[in-house]
Amino acid sequence: MNSGSIQSENFLDRESSLGVLLMLPGLILLLVFLAYPFFLGIWLSLTDTRIGMPGEFIGLWNYTDLLEDDIFHQTAWNTMIYAVVTVPFKALMGLGLALILNNKIRFSNPIRAFVMLPWIVPTALSSLGWFMIFDPVFSPISWLMIEMGLIESNVNFLGDQILAVTAICWVNIWRGIPFFGISILAGLQAVPPELHEQAAIDGANKFQRFVNVTLPQIKGILMITSLLSIIWTFADFQLIYVLTKGGPANQTHIFGTYAYQIGLFGTEIGMAAAITLYMFPILAFFSIFLLRYMRKTA
Amino acid sequence: MMVGSDKQKTLQIYIPLVVYTLLLLFPFYWMGVVSFKPTSDIFDLDLNPFWVQRFTLENYLYLFENTEFASWMWNTMVISIVSTALSIFCSICIGYALARLKFPGSDFMGIGIFLVYLVPPTLLFIPMAQVIGTLNLFNTHWALILTYPTQLIPFASWLLMGYFLTIPKEIEESALMDGCSRIQILVRIVLPLSVPGILSATIFCFTLCWNEFLYALIFMSSGDMKTIPVGTVSDLIKADTLFWGSLMASALLGSVPVAFIYSFFVKYYVSGLTASAVKG
Repeated sequence: MNSGSIQSENFLDRESSLGVLLMLPGLILLLVFLAYPFFLGIWLSLTDTRIGMPGEFIGLWNYTDLLEDDIFHQTAWNTMIYAVVTVPFKALMGLGLALILNNKIRFSNPIRAFVMLPWIVPTALSSLGWFMIFDPVFSPISWLMIEMGLIESNVNFLGDQILAVTAICWVNIWRGIPFFGISILAGLQAVPPELHEQAAIDGANKFQRFVNVTLPQIKGILMITSLLSIIWTFADFQLIYVLTKGGPANQTHIFGTYAYQIGLFGTEIGMAAAITLYMFPILAFFSIFLLRYMRKTA
Repeated sequence: MMVGSDKQKTLQIYIPLVVYTLLLLFPFYWMGVVSFKPTSDIFDLDLNPFWVQRFTLENYLYLFENTEFASWMWNTMVISIVSTALSIFCSICIGYALARLKFPGSDFMGIGIFLVYLVPPTLLFIPMAQVIGTLNLFNTHWALILTYPTQLIPFASWLLMGYFLTIPKEIEESALMDGCSRIQILVRIVLPLSVPGILSATIFCFTLCWNEFLYALIFMSSGDMKTIPVGTVSDLIKADTLFWGSLMASALLGSVPVAFIYSFFVKYYVSGLTASAVKG
């Protein structure tokens, strides 16, 4: 009995066995609910499975079919605009916010908490607010523009492809500004004040100091924040689901919402899995890029 | 002179700050205004929509009397709390193992966990629905309690590993010499020293659980099992005539808990959010 307990203590004190034991609970969850579904998804994408009907292996047919699908082309294009074109706007407006918050201002703590709200609260719920702000009948933007005499009748923001994509991108930028802002602010506060003082003594003006002192110091954070933002936005779902559900006429889908429509409304599980897996190489590219960048700068 | 610089400060800082605040908070203001108006006033297009003319709580009462909002709130709380607890337990274990222990595979495990952090639910929801179906978990709390940790554990372990690494090794080594076991060291020395890190990981996990939408939308289809975001979006938008008042009331009420928690722990959340960025 005694020797048994000593042995088990030894077992728990051996680094290798304790290490494996501690990894186990998390790893089991990740294996069952992450690794397994991932490989199941690859298999499904190679079959013609529908909801309630087991499918058969059809090779790469789902993937090649999608390449000839106009809606899928539009979807891929929308996803790129949505994830990449919005980044410079988020970065610039976030930078502006960070530069303002980096000053000594009154009530700075509550202000910081308040401006983070777009990033903190459930996106599905804040998007509902925007959904009403863009409503064809009740939009306060339309109301204001009519009062000012700019337009004659209400704008149907979400009923036209260009307007809808713009509106969706704007809500995405709105949600991302605080994330960029707070991340950049953390970077700004890590800039040693001596650098600024030295540059000021050397005769650099405010703008020169920003370009030559501040910018190099926050370059790393800007890069990492942008990459994270691209990866997350690329794989977004709820914002578009709430605002347009991919409409009008399937013109505003991104990968996630199109896969949802094909898989859960069209019941074509195999095809839907193929749509989501088209995201994989792009996500992998940005992820590896991010990882390498972080290791290089660390 | 004084007046001049004050003026300059107002121009350069406070005016842009007001613009930013208006821009970032307007949707919440709008939701509030609509939610406190009687339906007839919302539909009266001659009234100024930016202001509450007649204040009422009828939209909030409607939520609790005529919809399953109370169940949604309960579901969201149970799922968020249990899933967060499970994730934090797993993440403490993984974080400590990666920070302090050498074991087979420990080197590449760290990178593996980080890459898993970047795997989004959108990539997995189709096959995940099949897994949940096979396990017979549709419309149960477990469907979300067990799947959310896959989104939470990677970042939380990463964050906690960073925290554990800042604790001087010497403290642990001397405790080992005194005959403490590794588990005792973890529970009695490392965890008490890591409270801020655990707190920021907890807030991060809880917020993410509360806000999650895609899995909840697919796994919880029966009315009384929904979470707040899913219930609001799918059950309150039914007919062509929208109940804007109660819709906005629900969106606002569903946002309050995370905003509340966050405002108390803003420091920890921000440090967690930027932990990876600052290190980079």
